[in-house]
Amino acid sequence: MKEIVVVSGKGGTGKTSITASFAVLGGKDIIVADCDVDAADMHLLLEPNYEISEEFHSGELAYINQNNCIQCGKCYDVCRFTAIEVTNGRHTVNALNCEGCGYCARVCPSDAIINKPQKVGQCFTSIIKTGSIMVHAKLGIGADNSGKLVAKVKNEAKEIANDELKEYILVDGSPGVGCPVVSSLSGADFVVLVTEPSVSGIHDLMRVYELVERFNIKTGCIINKFDINQGITNEIMDFLESKNIVHLKSIPYNEVFTEAMLLGKTIVELDNDPVKFQIMETWIKIKKTLKYL
Amino acid sequence: MKIAIASGKGGTGKTTLATNLATYLSEFSKVVLCDIDVEEPNSGLFIEGNLEYREAVYKMIPNWNEDECSFCGNCHKVCNFHAVIRIGTDIMIFPELCHSCYACSELCPTESLPMVKKRIGELVHYKSNGLDFVESRLDIGEEQAVPLISQTINFIKNNFDDNMIQLFDSPPGTSCPVIEATKDVDFVILVTEPTPFGLNDLRLAVETMKMLHKNYGVVLNRYGIGNDDVIRYCEAENIPLIALINNSRDIALAYSAGKLIFQELPEFKKQLMNIRSYIIEILMDN
Amino acid sequence: MNLAFTAKGTTWDSNMDTRFGRTEYLLIYNDISKELSSYDNRESANYAHGAGPKTAQNLFELKADALITGNGPGGNAAAVMEKTGIDIYIGAGAKTVKEAYEAFQKGELIKV
Repeated sequence: MKEIVVVSGKGGTGKTSITASFAVLGGKDIIVADCDVDAADMHLLLEPNYEISEEFHSGELAYINQNNCIQCGKCYDVCRFTAIEVTNGRHTVNALNCEGCGYCARVCPSDAIINKPQKVGQCFTSIIKTGSIMVHAKLGIGADNSGKLVAKVKNEAKEIANDELKEYILVDGSPGVGCPVVSSLSGADFVVLVTEPSVSGIHDLMRVYELVERFNIKTGCIINKFDINQGITNEIMDFLESKNIVHLKSIPYNEVFTEAMLLGKTIVELDNDPVKFQIMETWIKIKKTLKYL
Repeated sequence: MKIAIASGKGGTGKTTLATNLATYLSEFSKVVLCDIDVEEPNSGLFIEGNLEYREAVYKMIPNWNEDECSFCGNCHKVCNFHAVIRIGTDIMIFPELCHSCYACSELCPTESLPMVKKRIGELVHYKSNGLDFVESRLDIGEEQAVPLISQTINFIKNNFDDNMIQLFDSPPGTSCPVIEATKDVDFVILVTEPTPFGLNDLRLAVETMKMLHKNYGVVLNRYGIGNDDVIRYCEAENIPLIALINNSRDIALAYSAGKLIFQELPEFKKQLMNIRSYIIEILMDN
Repeated sequence: MNLAFTAKGTTWDSNMDTRFGRTEYLLIYNDISKELSSYDNRESANYAHGAGPKTAQNLFELKADALITGNGPGGNAAAVMEKTGIDIYIGAGAKTVKEAYEAFQKGELIKV
């Protein structure tokens, strides 16, 4: 079983549209994991049926039981996150600021503070329109996107892939370079970078690759909208060569991405669009590259 | 006045709007633009200016001093993040897991875990004409954006007048970093695009803003592609639609090259004027 | 010698848990007393962070000499495991505990 993770650093490069296309091309050989849990969009294209839903808890929040509180203020003194609010002597926890470190509960002399597990979101296992399975999630608003939900989605997908002897796990990775994307990348066999030739596109590509490099994973790159700025496309090509990244495809600027999205379809489900064939070629190239790993 | 520019999904034009709006507004009054999308800060690619100031940003972590340590194990028991681990007579510390709560340090009976500084990123301050620009950037390999965001906001608080216009280019999404970036602002501009992804992510962003009890409005970018569902949604939810920016290859080209566009595209400038009038209106109301 | 297994249950017939940090159970087999004991590690499922290092610490406190597991510990957990001096054998993810032990005896597992 091989794990393919698609990341982009920057948003809006077409990452999810391309990943969903691969999911359709891979059909039943693939278990899909949507690890872009912060702004999950794959469900809009792949028609999941939300067959299994599970609440997801992570970390803790302090809670002050007013009956036991003697208003000594010790919790207020030790909290580094200004999460303890005092109004007319009444001590309460501001949930948005609380990091769940538990320090306040440890110093409370009257056992008035307890730590409650925090619900951060929901994790789903669904049958999608290809007949295969997708694991995805909805992060609660303002939740700590700790990477744990990402890890959960991935592990769940891995177990299913193991049980059902599937060839690939396809992961729509998280944006940025922080904790969630670190979780998305861990354990991957191949990383697909989706970028665009803009000053921010190349900037974020280099930043996210710095992270990928630490994991020492074989990497390929798709340059979407390559014709928008040929100069930067050339710079990206030089960068790929210098880092020994496989150039998978350059796709021209095309509004078919939006058109397909409006129909709730992936690009490869459209009739005879040129981009469709380019994505199909890319998928074949990825599969070939994986064979030699 | 503090205004955050945010979006549920990345790549909707948040940075384009932030940089152009900041430069445009700086023609009328003093403005500071602050990029706190610390994982991928991009505003600086569009702003040219002179470097005024640069500083490393730190978080505090415990540092083990084995001389006095009695190996009681209290430190690893009190750490909810498992950033402190005891293996026999060895204490291991994992800086990236540490949330700087000080519990292990302050509860250590032998004071063997003093807190020390650990670099997590860098803050820079540029000046260009009437515009001040501040950007923070998380070091690669650091996982926590929130401490860097909060320290950057404090830098703005301590160095700039509350009465000037402060624009914050916020991280995308709906989780902790966005909350940290928007919780103290007066108004949030949500940037989206007229596509199913755009609408889905806008709904999430709106939920977040409702939870924070924020005043907010929507700027619709790339208007003309996709459909009218975002507009219908805003009407149904009574969300002010502050500006419509037409989809244009010219904008995409200028953006790709790192250029500001409002000087060249009058149509785009008109939308910035709409946003400015809207901001003035809110200011009057306050 | 104490052999540790990451497992989804507490018996020889339980499936191995491919995960390290968030493994449900740690089974310890003492090959002198021939006793199999178990440690409930399910609390790790609730840890937002640092499950790996914590599980490594648990293993150390259980006095394991070698670990038999699926994918093996990564990053921080690997650093802790190095300190503990516990040997790590991987590649036993898709087996029962019994099969994993047999594979270990035959030298079929990969030592990290």
